[in-house]
Amino acid sequence: MKLKRFILLIILTVVCQSPQKSSAAELIGKRIPLENGMVLLISEKHDIPMVTVNMAIKAGSTAEPEDKPGLASITASLLMQGTSKRSAGRINSEIDFIGGSLSVSGGNDFASASLRVLKKDIRTGLDLLSDVLMNPVFDQKEIDRKVKEILAEIQRQKEEPGIVAGEAFTKAVYGRHAYGRTNDDVSAYLPKLTRQDIFNFYTARYSPNSIIIAVVGDVNEKEIIALLQEYFKGWKRSDQPLPASVPPSVIEKTVVRKIDKNITQANIEMGNIGISRENPDFYAVMIMNYILGGGGFSSRLMDNIRDNKGLAYGVHSVFSAQKEPGAFSVSVQTKNESANEVIAETLKEIRRIQTETVSDKELADAKAYFTGSFPLKMDTYAKIAAILTSIEIYNLGLDYPQKYSALINAVTREDVRRVAKKYLHPDNLVIVVVANLEKAKLNY
Amino acid sequence: MKYVRSIILLFLYAVFVVTPALGRDMKVTEKVLPNGLKVLLKEEHKAPVITFQIWYKVGSRNEKLGTTGISHLLEHMMFKGTKKYGPKTFSQTVMRNGGNDNAFTGKDYTAYFENFAADRIGISLDLESDRMQNLILDPKDFLSEREVVKEERRMRTDDDPTSTMVEEMTAAAFIAHPYEWPVIGWMADINNITRDDLYNHYRAYYAPNNATIVVVGDFDTKTLLPQIEKYFGQIPRGPLVPRVAAVEPKQLGERRIIVKKQAELPAVFAGYHTPDLKDKDSYAIEALQGILASGKSSRLYKTLVYEKQLALYAGGDYDNIANDPNLFYVYAGVMPGKTTEEVENAIYAEIEKLKTTPVTDEELQKAKNQIEAGFIMGQDSVFYQAMLLGQYETVANVKLLEKYVENIRAVTKEDIQRVAKEYFSEDNRTVGILVPTKN
Repeated sequence: MKLKRFILLIILTVVCQSPQKSSAAELIGKRIPLENGMVLLISEKHDIPMVTVNMAIKAGSTAEPEDKPGLASITASLLMQGTSKRSAGRINSEIDFIGGSLSVSGGNDFASASLRVLKKDIRTGLDLLSDVLMNPVFDQKEIDRKVKEILAEIQRQKEEPGIVAGEAFTKAVYGRHAYGRTNDDVSAYLPKLTRQDIFNFYTARYSPNSIIIAVVGDVNEKEIIALLQEYFKGWKRSDQPLPASVPPSVIEKTVVRKIDKNITQANIEMGNIGISRENPDFYAVMIMNYILGGGGFSSRLMDNIRDNKGLAYGVHSVFSAQKEPGAFSVSVQTKNESANEVIAETLKEIRRIQTETVSDKELADAKAYFTGSFPLKMDTYAKIAAILTSIEIYNLGLDYPQKYSALINAVTREDVRRVAKKYLHPDNLVIVVVANLEKAKLNY
Repeated sequence: MKYVRSIILLFLYAVFVVTPALGRDMKVTEKVLPNGLKVLLKEEHKAPVITFQIWYKVGSRNEKLGTTGISHLLEHMMFKGTKKYGPKTFSQTVMRNGGNDNAFTGKDYTAYFENFAADRIGISLDLESDRMQNLILDPKDFLSEREVVKEERRMRTDDDPTSTMVEEMTAAAFIAHPYEWPVIGWMADINNITRDDLYNHYRAYYAPNNATIVVVGDFDTKTLLPQIEKYFGQIPRGPLVPRVAAVEPKQLGERRIIVKKQAELPAVFAGYHTPDLKDKDSYAIEALQGILASGKSSRLYKTLVYEKQLALYAGGDYDNIANDPNLFYVYAGVMPGKTTEEVENAIYAEIEKLKTTPVTDEELQKAKNQIEAGFIMGQDSVFYQAMLLGQYETVANVKLLEKYVENIRAVTKEDIQRVAKEYFSEDNRTVGILVPTKN
């Protein structure tokens, strides 16, 4: 099966839109701080006998020491590899036996854990989830196994030109900032990793007061509070401060990174540092990016580079907005021979949105998309859980869906031009090209 | 007002009584319009959203060498405009209404969909009924879109060493059946397709009698069905669709292909010819797939990835939602320092075990639980539900879904041993090996 078209990429961490008909009374969920410090968000849904749990734990890359890149991520993945009660094999068999899913993984600001089980298996699910979070043993054999696996995966990823381009882009844009951890950094550190490093990180970061837990599905408030108290009983708080943030690189002139590979397409990544989720310009930036390159077939980059010129299958732009400013990036793949033309057209479109005001129709269409597609952003339990988590992380308020239309509709054409000028930097940005360089003959 | 409504109700009653079994079990309303268009409607009121999908019974299975990939290229052109809605307007209209749209082509089908807030369903009816019959296929747009598809092929296949190997392995597995070639088509074939080829393909396969509409979501069947009839009912029935008569003969010995390409790690894929979902053995093979490859407690993961650390990844996929018998793939990525032979042998050892020793009760129950829970959890997504209905109806019959869980529950340990012996033999497999080169 081939998906023809690029799934619309708006990886702004939360994209919630407001429903057209919703009263202030219908909040998306309820926020309940628990005694042990966990923040519970719950949305009861009884249509399907299942429960989805989504956790954000303040144990991402930003919480790891700068000289231990990858520590947060490997710690998260080792939680599932054995506890004082269960071996790795048993954890896997138990969750598979009930047809559920359980995973823990690293991230930039937060590590995340997710659980999905049928209602009848909620106890088994929470038993497993609490066990892996509270009682991991970090057996040396499991650490060695995981290190070997990660190093092999890093090696494998070198054969994917899109990943190679993304890695080079990340390094150049973020520099020493925690969001800039690359495969190369991780593979240099892993051979030095000790069990003590993992244990220290785990002890400092994994505690109930570092956790946001969103529960969506066939369970009521009283029931879930009692279950969480039962399964997370005795888990102690931790109050160690996070390491100080290192500012990202400042890009003062265009930086070009060329990587040679025997491939048919040039994989191009272009961009710079963008904005954080809590930046007041977030909504204007989201609309500007939709018109530029985030809006799929409604975007200018897609129209120009794919629809009019047939130069690429996929071209899109993204503002990755998290706790701290993430990257703005344009990604595109085109045959080696047209790399120069695609880079030039991309820069042209970036400059155009900075100098010419967008049309009334473009602005109206973008707003209509964001406000009208709201129901699709909340149509599964997993999506609701993700939105609840983001509401807590970014302080958006449980009435966020109700406020959203107004936030979108307040954006003007002048705002779009202003944020384009402020956050896009066509004269000092990072350009990464992974291609057959002999054929690409880059002018940059 | 009241009068009009009761007439509609009476009319619909007739529709419901035709499909009692389906109505009871899966809550799907099924209707065939006089022009042959099949309609499947499933109300799902848990969220105010709707998915509209239209499935055409045409894919790479209906193609010929020389113009392979034509179904997929036509799918791209379906977004390029009609007389009523000019170029570029299709997706923009959908998005302006807060919707997302896309399409996909497979070996047996080409499907188009829009996901919307529930009150926007009229947009789909208007746009899809229009492009079923009035596509422009502008020659200039065609030339440009053909380049886009070539870029798609470069990205998905040509620059991905494992995909390249799997494509060649699949081609070697079939000698007489069109499942041999890739859905996206061979590069030279894509380049050879003309605008007129596309027009003929469109006229041959895009007609109500070769399509199924599936709608799942927050709607009222009594209101929606007459609307669908209004938009699609007047489209004339198309010509009889050419039959695909090809039958793949029994394989008489292992086939092996080697692909040497710039890559980091070797990979092994093996495909076994297996029956499609119309065959009753497909339930036992699905359960076997669960035991072999579903989750981290599955045998392939546990042995190859976890215990022996021979493989970076390992799994198995059963392509049974197909018109004709297709392949069961088993595969693994080789860990640095390990050899392809070690990995291949470890995979075959797991397959042999399925033939010689009955699986445990716990493993069989686990596989059944996974399939059943997946079925229940799948109800969370209207899109997934519609996909399932569309796929089943296109390659076989949606009624097969009614007894699906029941048939899975009935699978025994003996069944699994029997299908392992019958289909997973050395003579029935085609093996593909990716041998990495430095440049």
